[in-house]
Amino acid sequence: MRIGDFKETYAADEAVFRTPTVRFWLWALAAALLVFPLLAGEYLIYMANITAVAVVGAVGLNLLTGCTGLISLGHAGFMGVGAYTSAILITKFGVPFILTLPISGLAAALCGVIVGAPSLRMKGLYLCIATLAAQVILEFTFVHWESLTHGIRGLNVPAPTLFGLSLASGPAFYYVIMIVAAISVTASRNLFRTRVGRAFIAIRDRDISAQLMGINLFQYKLYAFALSSFFAGMAGCLMVNLLKVVTPEQYPLHLSIQYLAMIIVGGLGSILGSILGAIFMTIVPELLRSALGLFQGLDPQIMSYLFPLQTVIFGALIVGFLVFEPHGLAEMWRRAKAYFRLWPFEY
Amino acid sequence: MDILPQLIVSGLATGGVYALIALGFVLIYKATHIINFATGEFMMIGAYFCYTFMALAGVPVLPAFLLVMVCAAILGFMVERVILRHMLGQPVISIIMVTIGLSSILMGLAEIIWTSQFKNLPPMFPRAPLNLGVAVVRSNLAYGFIISMAAVGAFALIFKYAKAGVAMRATAGDQMAAFSMGINVKSMFSLAWALGGIAAALGGVIIGAIGGISPTLGAVGLKIFPVVILGGLDSIGGAVLGGLIIGVLENLAGGYLDPFFGGGVKEVAPFVFMVLVLLLKPYGLFGKEEIERL
Amino acid sequence: MSAPILAVENLTLAFGGLNVLTDVSFAVQPGQIFAIIGPNGAGKTSILNCIGGFYRPRQGRVLFDGQDISRVAPDKRAALGLARTFQNIALFRGMTVLDNIKLGRHAHLRTGLLPALAYWGPAQREELELRREVEETIIDFLEIEHIRNQPVASLAYGLQKRVELARALAMRPKVLLMDEPVAGMNLEETEDMARFILDIKEERDITIVMIEHDMHMIMDISDHVVVMNFGQKIADGTPGEVQHHPEVIKAYLGEKQQR
Repeated sequence: MRIGDFKETYAADEAVFRTPTVRFWLWALAAALLVFPLLAGEYLIYMANITAVAVVGAVGLNLLTGCTGLISLGHAGFMGVGAYTSAILITKFGVPFILTLPISGLAAALCGVIVGAPSLRMKGLYLCIATLAAQVILEFTFVHWESLTHGIRGLNVPAPTLFGLSLASGPAFYYVIMIVAAISVTASRNLFRTRVGRAFIAIRDRDISAQLMGINLFQYKLYAFALSSFFAGMAGCLMVNLLKVVTPEQYPLHLSIQYLAMIIVGGLGSILGSILGAIFMTIVPELLRSALGLFQGLDPQIMSYLFPLQTVIFGALIVGFLVFEPHGLAEMWRRAKAYFRLWPFEY
Repeated sequence: MDILPQLIVSGLATGGVYALIALGFVLIYKATHIINFATGEFMMIGAYFCYTFMALAGVPVLPAFLLVMVCAAILGFMVERVILRHMLGQPVISIIMVTIGLSSILMGLAEIIWTSQFKNLPPMFPRAPLNLGVAVVRSNLAYGFIISMAAVGAFALIFKYAKAGVAMRATAGDQMAAFSMGINVKSMFSLAWALGGIAAALGGVIIGAIGGISPTLGAVGLKIFPVVILGGLDSIGGAVLGGLIIGVLENLAGGYLDPFFGGGVKEVAPFVFMVLVLLLKPYGLFGKEEIERL
Repeated sequence: MSAPILAVENLTLAFGGLNVLTDVSFAVQPGQIFAIIGPNGAGKTSILNCIGGFYRPRQGRVLFDGQDISRVAPDKRAALGLARTFQNIALFRGMTVLDNIKLGRHAHLRTGLLPALAYWGPAQREELELRREVEETIIDFLEIEHIRNQPVASLAYGLQKRVELARALAMRPKVLLMDEPVAGMNLEETEDMARFILDIKEERDITIVMIEHDMHMIMDISDHVVVMNFGQKIADGTPGEVQHHPEVIKAYLGEKQQR
């Protein structure tokens, strides 16, 4: 039971984590993440890595789509830009991995701004279709700019190093990814404590009155596109260095949709939602695979249903959450917390 | 032989089929203001219906077409009743995403039912290619074009003259006003989805007859977006014009530019063109600018 | 008479073939409560939209503080000191009351994108200072302490109107444009709002331009009244003067007397 939550200063009331209980759980989570690779096997660490990369990408997309209300079907394309930027810088110019991380972000942000620039005049469907075009054109570029991308064969990158230390093993790279994910989450949380974040939400809720309140729509929509694709670019950079290879089919339209699904399932406009959605949408296919594996004795063919079944469940999750729980897992989490807050005295 | 007339003629023929598919989108948008990203999957399912009736059950061509239309209408109707009805008044993003989710469901189901193996529809049209003098058109494409144009014409007539069509147009103009005039707005929504389903499914059968079918056939459906952006989201005439333009344009781009890019230009050209159009006219070539009020 | 703080000159606005405003001119003196009245569809809200910059008039100028702002973008006009409340409440529904009010200060804050991401040093100081000031000068004043952390969508209509006023005050306006501040309110809420408007005028040196249908309130608190009918100005003067203007009685007050 948590009651007696009084503040004496405005600073205390403006803090993100307002009570000692919350801070305690946060430290516990950090500690758990720290020791995780010591206890978990290679497979679990790999899953954690993939999930954390997805968190970075989902936080970025949620800034744009959930918080600013600008739908994007080009997120995978921007991730691809980041991935290729990193791979090309590493293989052709010998740039250290850690430097390619911000550069990948910037390259993707530049693309985001170019796509976003016409967005001041476009809304809803038109913007959605324009970002779809961006995705198609970027995919085409990945395949056909052979001299740079090696076409469908893709680019192989060596295991990343950091200040001479090899990050070849899963656990070593795990820490890099976790730090990037933690910074991404913190930075976007910070954003919403200031005028920039408020402006984003105002544009989503009512862009016309936002402008009459003094918000420069063009500037802030571009900010949203730049930030969102910066995160996407970093996620792409992490991904290529995790998998050690980048090919065009790693960043198809379907991946853009998958990221949209993450933030819908997690909760549009919620940072916690981005995290929950990324975890959920990464783990569900794995659980499904294990579940089908249990029935393999009955029907050896059953694994051939795995992929289409995943596709159906994926679609059903999007539809189901939008129809029944439009605020996503974050809202379910909030309700569960509210329930336990006064527990066991519910009335 | 000069390839230009050939490229233009086969582009027009493909464009006619795009027009029919785009019509499936426009009919639904016009009446319900819902953007159906699953149009391509409606096509794909339609093609599989046709495959099931003709190749598996041995139904002859014409009855098979009728059965496909009935099934597609039922599918459209069900989708509206079961899913989209719950989304009335939701933000555009949510509605777009629901139809994207729907497309994923349909694609997965198709693969479970019909497997991911590539399939050919049984031959439906006379084999001999059509020789127009300046160009030769493959028979499937030629008959596909004729059927598409006939279907588009039929839909246009229904929309213009049939009582239900007039009611649909009224609903499209102003839902509240239509409601107060005694039009059952909800049944108009169902009707629009049923008609949209039929148009998309017919388009799918033709595309399937030309190039074979697989669960990813729906990807062709993405091309309707350049078409409808060009033609206006809610205009039947615009869909036809947009379809023909995009069909010719992608064929020309593919024919002349592929050697420079190593292929694939045909797939990307409509989108590049669309971006240029959007940059100049943010609401499309024939689209209406929405006037906003405070 | 001192120089007007806000003036419109020969404002003409048309949508398609429909003339919404025809050659409307008036001047607002600093410190006035300036009322625009007229029957529905007379073009009152369109005047505010032209002043705020949401509509571009076909002809005419808007002068603010001696400067021609006819070509200035709406967000820049807000930064110059033009604030607005809306007839149909236009709060940001996804935010709390406090965030809505803080948003009003947007144009006066400096935090850029990168400092916002870090929330460090000046960015943090600016936010805490904003919080203190909003609490002390706006939330206390409008008596909305009890709802500050609630999402605006959950509030009653009268309170939403008050939050909208709070947000406008946070914009530090020189001129506050209010579109029907008491529409749909009961008598008690109306009296509260009238008191707030008078306090704002007297304590904060804010000039108020207001559209209203409540004639009692107009006659009670306004210093100057402009009467509109069919997009044209038909009278301009003190409440007492316009009340007896024959055109006004015919067009507007006349209707009331017949009841």
